[in-house]
Amino acid sequence: MTEQSAIADTFREIKETAESVCRELLHNKPVIMVGAATCGRAAGAREVINAFRDELSKRKIDCAVIEVGCMGHCYAEPLVIISKPGYPPICYGYVNPVIAERLVKEFILGDNTCPEFVLAALEPNDILPSFSDFPRAQYEQKIILKNCGHIDPEDIGQSINADGYAGLAKALQMNPEEVVEEVANSGLRGRGGAGFPTGQKWRLCREEPGKTKYIICNADEGDPGAFMDRSILESDPHAVIEGMIIGGYAIGASSGYIYVRAEYPLAVKRMETALRQAKKLNLLGKNILGSDYSFNIKLFQGSGAFVCGEETALIASLEGRMGMPRDRPPYPTSQGLDGKPTVVNNVKTLAFVPPIIRNGFAWFKSTGTEASPGTAVFALAGKIVNTGLVEVPMGTTLRQILFDVGSGIPEGKQFKAVQIGGPSGGCLPETSLDLPVDFDSLHQAGAIMGSGGMVVLDEDDCMVEIARYFLEFTQRESCGKCTFCRLGTKQMLEILSDFTLGQGSMEDIDRLEQLAEEVKDGSLCRLGQTAPNPILTTLRYFRDEYEAHIELGKCPALMCQHLIAYYILPDKCERSCDACVGTCTVEAISSNKKRIKVIDQEKCVKCSTCLAACPPQYNAIVKLSPPSEVPD
Amino acid sequence: MNIIPDQVNLVEEEEYNRKTARSILKGFTKKRPNLIPILQKVQSSLGYLPREAMTEIAEHLNIAPVDVYGVITFYNQFRLNPPGKHSIRVCLGTACHMKGGYITLDAWKRRLEINPGETTADREFDLDTVACVGCCTMAPVTVVDDKPEGGVEPTKVDGILLAFELERAENDKEKSEDD
Repeated sequence: MTEQSAIADTFREIKETAESVCRELLHNKPVIMVGAATCGRAAGAREVINAFRDELSKRKIDCAVIEVGCMGHCYAEPLVIISKPGYPPICYGYVNPVIAERLVKEFILGDNTCPEFVLAALEPNDILPSFSDFPRAQYEQKIILKNCGHIDPEDIGQSINADGYAGLAKALQMNPEEVVEEVANSGLRGRGGAGFPTGQKWRLCREEPGKTKYIICNADEGDPGAFMDRSILESDPHAVIEGMIIGGYAIGASSGYIYVRAEYPLAVKRMETALRQAKKLNLLGKNILGSDYSFNIKLFQGSGAFVCGEETALIASLEGRMGMPRDRPPYPTSQGLDGKPTVVNNVKTLAFVPPIIRNGFAWFKSTGTEASPGTAVFALAGKIVNTGLVEVPMGTTLRQILFDVGSGIPEGKQFKAVQIGGPSGGCLPETSLDLPVDFDSLHQAGAIMGSGGMVVLDEDDCMVEIARYFLEFTQRESCGKCTFCRLGTKQMLEILSDFTLGQGSMEDIDRLEQLAEEVKDGSLCRLGQTAPNPILTTLRYFRDEYEAHIELGKCPALMCQHLIAYYILPDKCERSCDACVGTCTVEAISSNKKRIKVIDQEKCVKCSTCLAACPPQYNAIVKLSPPSEVPD
Repeated sequence: MNIIPDQVNLVEEEEYNRKTARSILKGFTKKRPNLIPILQKVQSSLGYLPREAMTEIAEHLNIAPVDVYGVITFYNQFRLNPPGKHSIRVCLGTACHMKGGYITLDAWKRRLEINPGETTADREFDLDTVACVGCCTMAPVTVVDDKPEGGVEPTKVDGILLAFELERAENDKEKSEDD
């Protein structure tokens, strides 16, 4: 009992220090927080930060500028939150250096909140609309994204101030068995995609004999189109570290690895900083918080192989070998890294652990569905208005996520399909939109939850091309171990490539279907087992597009480059306008005698620049398919 | 596509590569799990993984050079060609692809006159594709010298190249003034 109260006392001390430092920092003067995760930086967050700092120092104002992570409203990057005493914290969107200067002048110095740049206030108030007034607020429920974008990921104090490591302190006062039970009772399922119950995995590993055990955080987010793991690592690294330490304590491991993609340099850097800070406060390392539990974490940079997201391949890669999966069983929980019992958990899974320990399993179970409790994090990308991250309870329908949270398709275009689960997932059409999103119902529809990437496709996207694109990816990333996966994906890719070139025959569709089934059955790991999913779902829901490609040599979505031609409508082309001529990247457009512009089809590389350049009042450039429709 | 430096340079370059590899290897024990971290470190200082570095690494870890080569070619991160002064990485993630990343790649190929995985003859630029950099909301993305640029369409490709050209002209001018 004394040890337990000692842990609680030590943690209380740490927390009180963190709280007083944060109070000092956040409440006595204005604070500017700039979203500077990779997405924010790509949108120009660095320039905005510099503009704020320059302006503040020029005017000699005492105001902290803090780099925070990603709030999830990626469509409005760069995002800035300004907290000024007397005002609710206000979030500004689409900020550039000029706006930054103005905000300092008018809001920090004066009292004009500059409503023209405001995205929303963070809390309901009397002067400005807040995020809770957005239609999406009705669906969103943030558990693991709660701190993202609101704390400085490079300052452990702010994390602790926001409940960080409270779960760890509580877990260390419980028996490891109790921690496993708590997680098992919560019904938490692995967020890496397969949905295996986390508590059960931990129990299996805990019950294995032997002293040396490992826990690995799988941050090898290889799905193109998914970026929530990156965002969490960059925005709230301590949540993942805390989850790992709790997991390590529960299974009886004394060391762990974070396997993070080298393509995420910022995530690596922030993780390194976070680990250092956690160690300094004795939240990591020897005798954590004065308990007799010691745990260390090493960071390992993956080298860019999609298949390493598979746990046995990931372990092979950690051992310095080619990342090839092996047959299971034995599962890593009995024979993993170095042949020792090992638990491999996804970033999001681990980030869910601290709040579950803090609030108890019943709290977690109250959200989501019976079989898939909790929330799901999705990365919305593609043809959708509100690109970014969303966290909604499991069981929310696709329609709610895409149209209420994501605000639908931009430019008044028609929704065509949503691609879920990356290369292993599938494309679901309009008719599937009322599907509640959880592990089981998605599986039935032919897609998988995967890591949670959602790429929205509209009427301009060709379904044959997207299937080809994913096959190209899986074919390249196949490790080559299983014959069906190595050769089957190649054959399927070739058939699909033929289709996008307007070649192939109707029999090829049957051949494709047959191959797809065989590759599914003949592959060892989920890369091969799920590789045919994009083909099977597009065939199931969009067969007519396949037929148009094969029989008519026509791409209905006007996307496949070999099957389209750009054409300038003579009666719409304006004589005095030269917009397309100047922008053409290969000088393929010239004026004829009547000063009507004409595209030289031989020279045209179909880059679409002219289409964008043609002023909307003329709209003279069109895509035609098949190319033979271009008049002579 | 690379210019092969003349014989003397080649020998010097090899010796330099070998030395660099050796000094990096001093910081690692002779255990196999160190292989990937070693490769990453060597690549970050040399820019690529030349053959002579591979043999040094193999010797240090007491494994066959072909095992080192196997690991290098298995992972996308490792390069066998020397890099250009500026690196161009075209993202071909799903979101970028659907928003015309393949058109962007075509534009880079056309302008630089090289294919992905290659370096221009003057070693100014190297071009490659990347599976996804996680900036899907800015699609189509090209990572130019480690900075992800959003909305890179063919006209922006020309703009980025023009900026480099201007920078180079500026540098040349300064240099000639210094002389």
